[in-house]
Amino acid sequence: MTARAETSARRSDPAPGMVEKRGSALWLTHVAMILGVLVVFFPIWLAFVASTVSQPEIARPPMPLLPGDRFLENYQKALFSGVNVPVAVMLFNSLVMATGIAVGKIVISILSAFAIVYFRFPARSLFFWLIFLTLMLPVEVRIVPTYEVVARFGMLNTYGGLIFPLIASATATFLFRQFFLTIPDELAEAARVDGAGPMRFFWDIVLPMSRTNIAALFVILFIYGWNQYLWPLLVTTDPAMNTIVMGLKQMFPSGDDIADWPVIMATSILAMIPPVIVVISMQKLFIRGLVDSEK
Amino acid sequence: MEKRVTFQGWLLPLCLITPQVVISAVFFFYPAAQAVWQSLYLPDPFGLSSRFVGMGNFEYLLSDPYYRTAIGTTAVFSGLVTLVSMVPALFLAVLADRLIKGAGTYRTLLIWPYAVAPAVAGVLWLFMFNTRIGVVAWYLGQLGYDWNHVLNGAEAMGLVVVASSWGRISYNFLFFFAALQAVPRSVIEAAAIDGARFWRRFFTIVLPLLSPTTFFLLVVNVVYAFFETFGVIHTITSGGPQQATTILVYKVYADGFVGQDLGSSSAQSVILLIIVGLLTVLQFKVIEKRVHY
Repeated sequence: MTARAETSARRSDPAPGMVEKRGSALWLTHVAMILGVLVVFFPIWLAFVASTVSQPEIARPPMPLLPGDRFLENYQKALFSGVNVPVAVMLFNSLVMATGIAVGKIVISILSAFAIVYFRFPARSLFFWLIFLTLMLPVEVRIVPTYEVVARFGMLNTYGGLIFPLIASATATFLFRQFFLTIPDELAEAARVDGAGPMRFFWDIVLPMSRTNIAALFVILFIYGWNQYLWPLLVTTDPAMNTIVMGLKQMFPSGDDIADWPVIMATSILAMIPPVIVVISMQKLFIRGLVDSEK
Repeated sequence: MEKRVTFQGWLLPLCLITPQVVISAVFFFYPAAQAVWQSLYLPDPFGLSSRFVGMGNFEYLLSDPYYRTAIGTTAVFSGLVTLVSMVPALFLAVLADRLIKGAGTYRTLLIWPYAVAPAVAGVLWLFMFNTRIGVVAWYLGQLGYDWNHVLNGAEAMGLVVVASSWGRISYNFLFFFAALQAVPRSVIEAAAIDGARFWRRFFTIVLPLLSPTTFFLLVVNVVYAFFETFGVIHTITSGGPQQATTILVYKVYADGFVGQDLGSSSAQSVILLIIVGLLTVLQFKVIEKRVHY
């Protein structure tokens, strides 16, 4: 297969550069690349295998390296009974949290970026710098006081408590600001001449033009929200509010009991499926969002 | 850069900006100010009152051997994570860049681990190295190596480093691959005509051209190792054995939530705040360079 890929590569390349490797070198590159992919993939493969075998097969090492026949059984057990709480419940909580963070952050950011770019109003630059400052501080650094605020609002074990503290950051605002600055002035001019108000301009011109940016941000923020660990660990003491990423660790027994590995590994596979689907299916947007948000 | 064409009015823009300002104030500025405030006070053991101690908490922290150890641990940990996540990524990116066909497929396959949460990655690696049932630990045992990260601090560190770096390889790969694709072919071919072999070309031409990306990734990976690896450490080692894997962020959590030592935990938050500030400034400088390159 590699040999055929190689010949077709040579044929389809109109003017093969003189530094492109051919023959054995190209073949070796493919082998090394496949080895690299296998090594990187191994932990996921092993987790998948473990989620399809029975507990005794894992408890007597070495465990098999090929999938067993307990796929349905283990996943059913994980989804509908779990250890502390059915995994289906945790999946739902994660979905609400990740979507809430992505949508919430995009909405508040696009509005404030629009205000900052398209208006001159009192204290505008003060607000800009206040928002900009929040770029700097991850939630990990201010956990104790943020926890106290959330507790005082009675938002422990609520979706609000999970979502709001994590959307208080300016990355998205900054991104939208950069993008709005590249929208030609003529468009705003034309809108004004035609007598369209600022909100009309926002709905009819700015929002449609930002579609790709919004989608790319959504991908990045969804994964960010889904993969949160420390914050849900603090805020959700009620198992029914656990998210799947933090609930996974709660499935390990304390003390010397043997962990229910097949169910735990089934849960970890379930925990990675949604973000992996998002990344793979929206690869182009994802890479764009990644590169943009780090600029 | 400013817009020349703007709209009139001040009420509408204030309304538009209010949601973000309110959320930032309540969940960001107020807690951050609280952290700074609490770091200057020492609460009594019952939490009923607190006494102003000025820099006392900081002086205590910086002379505390446990905290000093945690600083060293963090430095070692973030250095290793940066190295272990960047070198294989660069290697794979160089390989992928040599391929005319199939590079896209490999990229799709390599992106996967980035989507896996650090805490889930922690569970996957814990499963492989579990002292009782872990497959890798078992095979190591067959080879005569007795793996036990529960007791051995160096092995625990190695395990959290690898588990933290794993997903990061995908991230670094994407950036290196994009940068390699942007290296002008003509430069490489000119060197090839002059007789420079692949590795010679790599070290004298490609690597220097990649330096803006490399610096950028260095900073980003250090930030990641400092702040986003809590999940890995909490799932695999909980900071042990004997605090061998207690990094600064983990200690804020352990002292603030488990130990309930609010004064010390707040002082630690403030120190981390300063570190993030410095790293952010560094990041912006680096990015400025990258843009002007």
